[in-house]
Amino acid sequence: MAFPILSVIVFTPIIAGMIILMMPGERKTEIRMVALAAAAFDLILSVWLYFAYDITAAGYQFQEMHSWLPSFGIGYHLGVDGISTPLILLTGVVMFTGVIVSQSISDRPREFFAFLFILATGVFGVFASLDLFLLFFFYEIAVFPMYLLISIWGWVKTREYAAMKLTLYLFIGSVIALIGALAMYWASGAHSFDLLVLEKAHFSTAFQNTWFMPVFMGFAILGAIFPFHNWSPDGHVAAPTAVSMFHAGVLMKLGAFAALRVGIMLMPQGAIYWKWVILGLAAVNIVYGAFIAMVQTDLKYVIGFSSVSHMGLVMIGFATLTRSGLIGSTVQMFSHGIMTALFFASVGMIYNQTHTREISRLGGFVKVMPFTAIAFIIGALVSMGMPGFSGFVAEFPIFMGLWQTAPIIAILSVISIIVTAAYMLLVIRRVFFGEMPEEFAGRMNDVSVMDKVALGLISILMVGIGLFPSLMVPMVSSGVDHILALLG
Amino acid sequence: MTFSFTSSMIMAVLPEILLLLLGIIVLIVDLLLKEEKRRNLGWLTAGGLLTILIVSLLVARPSEAELVWGGMVRYDGMGFFFKMLFIFAAAMTSLFMMDHKALGHRGEAYLLLLASTLGMSLMASASDIIMLYLAIETTSIPLYILAGFMTGDDRSTEAGFKYLLFGALTSTVMLYGLSLLYGFSGGVTNIYEIGELVASGALAPLLVAGVAMLILVGIGFKVSIFPFHFWAPDVYDGSPTPISGFLSTASKAAGFAILLRLFLVAFPQISLSWSLLLAVMATLAMTLGNLVAMAQTNIKRLLAYSSIAHAGYAMIGLVAVSELGTTSTIFYLMAYILTNLAAFGIVAAVSHVTGSDEIKDYSGLSRRSPGLALAMLVAFLSLAGMPPFGGFVAKVFVFAAAMEANLVWLVVVGVLNSIVGVFYYLTVLKYVYLYRMEDEDEEKHPIPLSLSYAIALTVLSIGILLVGTLFAPWFGFSGAAAIALF
Repeated sequence: MAFPILSVIVFTPIIAGMIILMMPGERKTEIRMVALAAAAFDLILSVWLYFAYDITAAGYQFQEMHSWLPSFGIGYHLGVDGISTPLILLTGVVMFTGVIVSQSISDRPREFFAFLFILATGVFGVFASLDLFLLFFFYEIAVFPMYLLISIWGWVKTREYAAMKLTLYLFIGSVIALIGALAMYWASGAHSFDLLVLEKAHFSTAFQNTWFMPVFMGFAILGAIFPFHNWSPDGHVAAPTAVSMFHAGVLMKLGAFAALRVGIMLMPQGAIYWKWVILGLAAVNIVYGAFIAMVQTDLKYVIGFSSVSHMGLVMIGFATLTRSGLIGSTVQMFSHGIMTALFFASVGMIYNQTHTREISRLGGFVKVMPFTAIAFIIGALVSMGMPGFSGFVAEFPIFMGLWQTAPIIAILSVISIIVTAAYMLLVIRRVFFGEMPEEFAGRMNDVSVMDKVALGLISILMVGIGLFPSLMVPMVSSGVDHILALLG
Repeated sequence: MTFSFTSSMIMAVLPEILLLLLGIIVLIVDLLLKEEKRRNLGWLTAGGLLTILIVSLLVARPSEAELVWGGMVRYDGMGFFFKMLFIFAAAMTSLFMMDHKALGHRGEAYLLLLASTLGMSLMASASDIIMLYLAIETTSIPLYILAGFMTGDDRSTEAGFKYLLFGALTSTVMLYGLSLLYGFSGGVTNIYEIGELVASGALAPLLVAGVAMLILVGIGFKVSIFPFHFWAPDVYDGSPTPISGFLSTASKAAGFAILLRLFLVAFPQISLSWSLLLAVMATLAMTLGNLVAMAQTNIKRLLAYSSIAHAGYAMIGLVAVSELGTTSTIFYLMAYILTNLAAFGIVAAVSHVTGSDEIKDYSGLSRRSPGLALAMLVAFLSLAGMPPFGGFVAKVFVFAAAMEANLVWLVVVGVLNSIVGVFYYLTVLKYVYLYRMEDEDEEKHPIPLSLSYAIALTVLSIGILLVGTLFAPWFGFSGAAAIALF
């Protein structure tokens, strides 16, 4: 039997989490070391997985299949394709950098890392699942630690409200999708939750038209689709830095990914039937999110609403159901994931010293933390879709696909690029340039070496993919071919 | 009927015989022990129950279902499975009882627990309406006493008395139904024979439906489903906490055991007339239980309302009237027994030190006792239906069964309710993990766990995880039990 790399990737975090839970709470340094080691190990494995994936062969690879509950058609079936492999790499990167920037957590770090790692296992698990039941299993595991992470370690003012709001939104979404999944299970007649079996189930058009929306929207809530988006900025703002990174960087992709894999791939006819609704909603996401981000005064809210806008691009790319749209969306998931992780990490570094995120009270930080400033600017360029950065590789195909399907929506959505550029440049000018307010002058320090490692890693990835799209696009393309085949 | 003695007759009631023996041993040892050593009776009871569990599993496993003792008892997988659950629950309860100040050193408390377990075992395998009634009373009477065991405490006395009055009333109504059934059937008392009579059309469906409603009153009381739930919050609140746990788990499951057997064996032909009614009852139980639980400030009352809601979820499987439905109900009950026993055990452990059952007094628990807080996380998330804990798969199975029966509306009601559930379970966890004690000196107020609590809570937490992850064998047992019913 081959080395079960996916299982190892999925279960390393939770096992590390259990080890951490068993350590005495006062050994904080050792706890941090174990956490960092586990995250580094998982990052190395996910990089290895990324390069070991055979693009020419395409399809689902590294499959692991064990019976779990055969009488009910539930199997432990893992596997990755050209869509999920980049997302596993993304999770590895965000987990590693998230652990690095969380080294300063001093309140119960044992529980913090344990919960964070349970969350990581859930996320890896969803990306690697090829069984619908397993997917839900991991999906819910990814949801509940968020509540504790935000409510315990979050921003005191809003954490209780935001944590509960987020959990309820996500839970509502997932249970609605679960009903749809059960309906699919019975309608397929195959008595199997295996996604590969359900892909070939050929549900009747009436069935697909009825059940596509509950399933797609149920998951898309986690992708912050309009009008179910407003848990997301609240959650970002309330969450501690590493959790914001996870939340915006990975969790929202989880929703988009599950909406694609369960919604569009299992019910392609339904997707075609409903695509105009999704195009419309996602266009609102893109434009509305960008405008709202522009008027925010809290730095984290700016990033939070920009995420809403960028996730709209992912959804709209899906809804085009074209080759370029789907490729763009998948690259966007990766690119936006590392980009927001970088933003939230930088904001966290600033907040740790200033204890405020009000943009008007900040300024001039380029002098004390030049490395953070440069990384943030690279992130901003990605966010604007500047050529040479990963954002361009993602957004350009999305708009190409959108132009083929709906030129008018494409024209409307393009406005967001201008607005994004406006608010990003505004934020950079106000926060990093100009005069430093007196209250901070002389009291600020540069970020630590480890923080620079985290920021540097992400920046290299963003520029690397921007300059060499061939690092990612062929792989994604191999996954998209399969979806197009399902769409017929 | 000629009377011939076979070995399966002994095997059919082996757990009951051993329970009786253990009760006698406890009574004798109680006399021999000095007052301050009587706490150890808990070890004896738990150990004895564990021995009974193992012995029964080794020698008394049923193969072919068979009616024994003149049709009074059915020796089958369903009864056996429930018996094992009850014995396990009783063992855990006796561990929780050891440190309770009113129960721990009183030998009769353990004896009453065993007597009640004996009654439940008979309820699980009773296949005759006379046996059924006797078993229910054998179960209930010791529980009435245990609920009011703290004679110096008004709330406990009230709980015992209230439980007795409600129990007596509903069991009278049920007895009335059973006697009518006896009259209609022309003296046939065996559930399986009654089932055949109903199937053959010898009994008018309308009469049977009416009788079923009367019987439902008594069973509805045992499982505390709407509208027979009123006693539950007061009784759980006033009873000694370990007993509340036992009432909300084993006693409820015993009620479900007879509900499944009676309705699926005797009345399946008229399922159209009761399945909708039960669906409505389940809907109201879930909705009312969850909504009212949100407003509670006392953790025992919160768990009481949540247990009403859980009776509703478990009922969904029965309403589906299918093999998968029955399996899922049995699976649900198993997961629920583990989870709710753990929840009440934690409440007992906390109130043993703090003397309070108010939710606000759980503030800072994660700093006072990280282990206990973790156990509480496991139990409450399982109640909320989150993986990888038992509650998640259990809910998925009942919902799947309902979807199979095209009861989409019931599933929608169920999932909406589980969202409400998530809200209040998380609210409790917020106190545990987020809020702090008033003076923020949790380190000075640790909550020590005695060995008995630690063992029981560890076993239950591992059980919750096992049922939630490696669920195939448990699902297999539940399925075998469900098939053995027919």
